[in-house]
Amino acid sequence: MPQVANRPQYPTDHPSVPVRFAAGDRVRVRKTYPLGHIRTPYYIRGHAGVVERLCGNYPVPEELAQMRSGLPAQPLYRVRFLQREVWPDYAGRAEDVVEIEIFQHWLEPLSA
Amino acid sequence: MSDAAEDKGLGDYRPLSYFQLMEVSLRELLVEKGIVTDAQVQATLEDMRARGPEAGARVVARAWTDPGFKARLLENGTRACEEFGLDVPALRLVVVENTPQVHNVIVCTLCSCYPRMLLGLPPDWYKSGNYRSRVVREPRAVLAEFGLRVPDHVSLRVHDSTADMRYLVLPMRPAQTAGWGEAQLAQIVTRDCMIGVAVPKVSDSL
Repeated sequence: MPQVANRPQYPTDHPSVPVRFAAGDRVRVRKTYPLGHIRTPYYIRGHAGVVERLCGNYPVPEELAQMRSGLPAQPLYRVRFLQREVWPDYAGRAEDVVEIEIFQHWLEPLSA
Repeated sequence: MSDAAEDKGLGDYRPLSYFQLMEVSLRELLVEKGIVTDAQVQATLEDMRARGPEAGARVVARAWTDPGFKARLLENGTRACEEFGLDVPALRLVVVENTPQVHNVIVCTLCSCYPRMLLGLPPDWYKSGNYRSRVVREPRAVLAEFGLRVPDHVSLRVHDSTADMRYLVLPMRPAQTAGWGEAQLAQIVTRDCMIGVAVPKVSDSL
């Protein structure tokens, strides 16, 4: 294994904002279009899904892209969306899903 | 221009593209400023080129033969790989399991995130705009183009690796492989099986 300077180590104990959601919670992705380095795909903004799991707390990518620390970190979730909700003309099974990693600051709570 | 290049024996010389020029400029600046050395850059390139999907295949074969390992792999992929003796720095691994009811496929719609530590460099099609845009929109049609027809009674899960996680598909073990050892099993676990655009096949000759 070659030694490379400044290799990222991805620690998991970042100071973070409080966790708002748990697996099974219904959420909606914020429909907003800020400039910059965004890890929330356009195609999922505004859509509703269900939290599949909490992945941990990670530095905010929009901040990292500006050479800042990205701290406090934001909880990162895997959110499950029904394909037919995302694409109204989706041709596959009703149960087909797409699962996407989305940071907490991009999610709003939805009542069940 | 091309005539002159041929006269001087320069072969198929073409000017560097915008991004090639940026890469060379950035690399030379980093070396010039002493942040990395040429040798380190070369060693890292060699390391990445030397990696193939074999490590991933060994992980899948172990999961097929050791239910305890499989449970730990699905619970925390990174920790299970470390337990397996694999060096997976910077890899937060989520392993998704194919079952008779669910088929999984991996994509990164934003760029080309890929579990390189387990599968090596991604294939060109994985990085193409065509695959990245269409596999979330019409996954069944895209898989059919790969020669994989997912039956109508099987649900499809597309995993878009948009942030810090990386994904590996745990395919179903073919029924014809009863009694096989790990090394033999690993041979039928191809890169495409672990991305989810194929399933393991047992050829008749085996």
